[in-house]
Amino acid sequence: MRGGMRGNMAGKVLLEIRHLKKYFDGQEILKDISLTVREGEVVSVIGPSGSGKSTLLRCAAMLEKMDAGELAYMGERAAYEAQGRCIYAPKEDLRRIGRRFGLVFQNFNLFPHYSVLKNVMDAPVTVGHLSKREARERAEQLISRFGLADKKEAYPCQLSGGQQQRVSIARALAMQPKLLFFDEPTSALDPELTGEVLKVIKELAKEKMTMIIVTHEMQFAKEISDRVIFLEKGEILAEGCVEEVFSSGQARIQDFIGKVTH
Amino acid sequence: MQGWMEFWDNFIVMLPQLTEKFGVTVSIFVLTLLFSLPLGLLLAFGRMAKNGLLCLMSKIYISVMRGTPLMLQLVIVYFAPYYVFGIKITNSWRFGAVILAFVLNYAAYFAEIYRSGIASIPVGQYEAAKILGYTRGQTFGKIILPQVVKRILPPVTNEMITLVKDTSLAFVLAQVEMFTVAKQFAASQASVMPLMVAGVFYYFFNLLVASLMEYVEKKLNYYR
Ligand SMILES: Nc1ncnc2c1ncn2[C@@H]1O[C@H](COP(=O)(O)OP(=O)(O)OP(=O)(O)O)[C@@H](O)[C@H]1O
Ligand SMILES: [Mg+2]
Repeated sequence: MRGGMRGNMAGKVLLEIRHLKKYFDGQEILKDISLTVREGEVVSVIGPSGSGKSTLLRCAAMLEKMDAGELAYMGERAAYEAQGRCIYAPKEDLRRIGRRFGLVFQNFNLFPHYSVLKNVMDAPVTVGHLSKREARERAEQLISRFGLADKKEAYPCQLSGGQQQRVSIARALAMQPKLLFFDEPTSALDPELTGEVLKVIKELAKEKMTMIIVTHEMQFAKEISDRVIFLEKGEILAEGCVEEVFSSGQARIQDFIGKVTH
Repeated sequence: MQGWMEFWDNFIVMLPQLTEKFGVTVSIFVLTLLFSLPLGLLLAFGRMAKNGLLCLMSKIYISVMRGTPLMLQLVIVYFAPYYVFGIKITNSWRFGAVILAFVLNYAAYFAEIYRSGIASIPVGQYEAAKILGYTRGQTFGKIILPQVVKRILPPVTNEMITLVKDTSLAFVLAQVEMFTVAKQFAASQASVMPLMVAGVFYYFFNLLVASLMEYVEKKLNYYR
């Protein structure tokens, strides 16, 4: 409930998905999904298990190929439809476009053989061609900001889940993406550890980081979202500001929210 | 008493020669590893290739190399230049043929080890790297391979220990190494003592190999 929605309508379009379709084994998992995300917006994606939330994020992050539709970041097309097929831009273009977003995974996927510091600074050096000194400065800043300064020499296996997830958020931010995807960032965590991760995400929201968050934490979604998308069976059943979706008259949505919060 | 003296004399005569030819044993071991470890990785790539033909060829190669005796492979490699290209086989080819046959054979075993190691890395590691913008080469070199190396150390150590003992097969091509010398002494002295001594050599060599690998394993134990 950030109420910044109206102001953001004027914001630059960062992500545009149009008529996305995705099949797995001949089954339509995403059915004609269209979605626009503007700079500074926080969008939550909620919905029952198996509704296609992860698949939607993975298609947007190009970990999964779309079967139909269009995908564009900041007006630049990553994929478009031609002759009934989905055509992706050349590899170099995709690589450049890919720099505009980051993704935080449910199970962190930190690099186990790298220390916390190296996890956060390696991509900026290897991919971003930052000098080691600059990358280290940036990484150390992020690490201490997330309360992990004393852990920077530790290895992921020596950290709690909550700490690991904070490192993985720092790792994503170190590449300075315009937009950050989260796929159930707290689902793999013990309840007492989710708070510390949600707090970090809330801080990012305050700083107007553009984010798309798949989550089962309804209270959290309510607090931070400009917009909520309710997905069911591969379709957007409801989309709008927090009040609109959470107090929607649709029985399915009430049913789901009731189940998750009780 | 006299028996002991004789034993000792024989031992003293034999030891320098065994030691000298132990150098050949070690060279076979080192050169085989040096070439078969990288070749095995290439072969593993072939085996995992999307290209059906490449994959099939690698598969057949690995299956044949693992499914036929190394002894036979030694003979085939040794005579191949003559039968295939009509090149006259000279003495200098002997050692080269031994190394080539060992390399071709061990690469097949290493390929399967690499393959299972690579397959055991969670797909999330590739995805995380891809999202961060690593190229495929960077992902493999910086993220995947280091983790694979750690995971495959135990089976690779096994193969290395087998290799130490397999070096004695070089006798098939009349390549004189330590065990050949030991056998010659055993025959001339009508005693198994030289063979036992050779066994002691192998054992300590393997002890060294195993400790070295254990040390590397410990070094890589800083993460799980
Ligand atoms: N790689 C895949 N191969 C085949 N089917 C898949 C694959 N990935 C997902 N699916 C199917 O697609 C559907 C949507 O899956 P998805 O993971 O997107 O759901 P979700 O909304 O994220 O669920 P959850 O809340 O449990 O994470 C499911 O029916 C799932 O079985
Ligand atoms: Mg999911």
